[in-house]
Amino acid sequence: MARPTAESVRAAGQLLPVHVPPTAAPELDDPRVSDVDEWGRSERTRRLARTLFAPMYDRWFRVEWEGLEKIPTDGGALLVANHAAAIPSDAPVIMHGIETELQRPVYGLADELFKKVPVVGTLWSRAGGVLAHPDNAYRLLRQQQQLVLVFPEGSKGPGKTFDERYQLRRFGRAGFVQIAMRAGVPVIPIAVVGAEESMPMLANLTPLAKALGLPYAPVTANMLAFGPLLGPLGALVHLPAKFKLRVLDPVHFDVPPDQPRYSRSKVMDEAESIREQIQDALYDMLRHRRSVWSG
Amino acid sequence: MGKRVLVTGLGTFWGARVAKALEADPGVDVIVGLDTREPLLELERTEYVKSDENYSILSRIVEATQVDTIVHTFLVVDSTQMRGRTMHEINVIGTMNLFAAATDSSVRTVVVKSSSYVYGCEPSDPVWFTEETPRQKPPKHRVERSLAEVESYVRDFAVDNPHVAVTMLRFSNVLGPELSTPLSRMLELPVVPHVFGFDPRFQFVHEDDVVRAMLFVLDHELAGVFNVAGDGLLPWSEVAGICGKRTVPLPPIGQGLVTAALARLGVDIPPEIVDLLKYGRGLDNGRLKRAGFDYTHTSAGAVQAFIESLRLKRTVGPKAEYQYEREVEDFFRRSPAVVRRPR
Repeated sequence: MARPTAESVRAAGQLLPVHVPPTAAPELDDPRVSDVDEWGRSERTRRLARTLFAPMYDRWFRVEWEGLEKIPTDGGALLVANHAAAIPSDAPVIMHGIETELQRPVYGLADELFKKVPVVGTLWSRAGGVLAHPDNAYRLLRQQQQLVLVFPEGSKGPGKTFDERYQLRRFGRAGFVQIAMRAGVPVIPIAVVGAEESMPMLANLTPLAKALGLPYAPVTANMLAFGPLLGPLGALVHLPAKFKLRVLDPVHFDVPPDQPRYSRSKVMDEAESIREQIQDALYDMLRHRRSVWSG
Repeated sequence: MGKRVLVTGLGTFWGARVAKALEADPGVDVIVGLDTREPLLELERTEYVKSDENYSILSRIVEATQVDTIVHTFLVVDSTQMRGRTMHEINVIGTMNLFAAATDSSVRTVVVKSSSYVYGCEPSDPVWFTEETPRQKPPKHRVERSLAEVESYVRDFAVDNPHVAVTMLRFSNVLGPELSTPLSRMLELPVVPHVFGFDPRFQFVHEDDVVRAMLFVLDHELAGVFNVAGDGLLPWSEVAGICGKRTVPLPPIGQGLVTAALARLGVDIPPEIVDLLKYGRGLDNGRLKRAGFDYTHTSAGAVQAFIESLRLKRTVGPKAEYQYEREVEDFFRRSPAVVRRPR
């Protein structure tokens, strides 16, 4: 059966239908009026965020990178870093740094918690945040060849107290390695020093966190330091710890992409090896750090 | 010998549009349309049969007409239009009876018009659903539950009847000049409601593409599940922007109270739409495209087409409605006085 067209209908000499669905137009009109992409990221919002964050990045945290050239200027890659600070300062620093230096977007994967909070969820999404779902990560990396940032420790990283600083938590269930394998992209480990001291968590009020449905309820040094001056807003201000980031060598996996599954043990081994590389790099950087504030 | 097609839901927007398009196809010999209500479009050769809402006479009709194709469009996805019980009768019991009648019969092709509601709408959902993305949480709203049950009947039928080509089309939010949906009615308001602090991405499919997709799968005898949705996702604020409207916030929690009050004022925002206003939903339309289907509208294009037709309607008024008259229709179909052109 042939698809009816306006012509075939007329040719058949029948009553012309009220409305014949038109056959395919060659080029589709897409009257978009905003620059928000399918992930919710808006380059305009990012530009504004970068403008606002630049003084923080340059003057407050005085961020220094090492090995930034190891991040590819095109092609997908999964950036993996250690995660710290009650309000994590590492994510904006990494995203800002790469976007300004390499002029390419970075999508940050995070927990669904963000999506549920009004205003915050929307801003987070506009600023390049994407829900950490394997399908999302795969599409970004494989089909769109983007840079994707993930913290495999999840909320266990920022949720640790100050006495545990720079002790990497478990790397989840190594989902990030599996995604990188499926997507056929390298994992690029990044070691971050400074975030831990930018908002040290002195205590975690576990019952309160449970009651609020949050991963942790922190009492931070920042609340004590800035609280008397700024009131509740003090809890949001980071301490001016010196940030140093070291990009480690990209890890390529010698497995074909798009497999339905990968050897569990290989995935776990790769994840553990990446975790150790970051941990070693952190110890090395801390060994050379003279001061928390001046590096 | 040409096709013999049964269209359910002839009185609905979709049933009538599909029947109309099938009439223009010389490869279709017979079109039988079933519904509780009379068709709203002028149809030339479709035979309208009035039935009760759960199709108890269906097996007799299938037996008598020996149809080989069923296009099942009579599935309610707009939960504001009826009570839960009626929707259950139409969707679940109707589908059950339909497939009971189609089992061990002349039927070889079944096309079902389902909806993206079966995927649900949760904060933990991926941005894009493929046809295979599993639903993580059980259905929350009655329209979702109802469609999930319908789809399970469709799957059972497909398994039990391997000789029948079963196609299930899952449509995204439909917009267009003619169709009225909860979302289109929201966009017709002077100010468009949104949930405070949320601005999720929406996807739309133009009503023409819906009809074209149903004809396309019939035409190409495609079996399986297919998402039907326009290209691209756009934030709800941008949807309102294309329509040239401002938005007005609903509270971020306890929308139930507000929507209940609004429903009394005639603005009915069902709970499945409130979810959508918080988290949005995207369907990966790649499978149908790879099968060769071309869309005429993107998501943003569908919004544009909708608002343009709305502006025209506001100025020149709605089209004159067609009124079905049994005697008149019988005259055109049966009277020897009518000169019929050969097809």
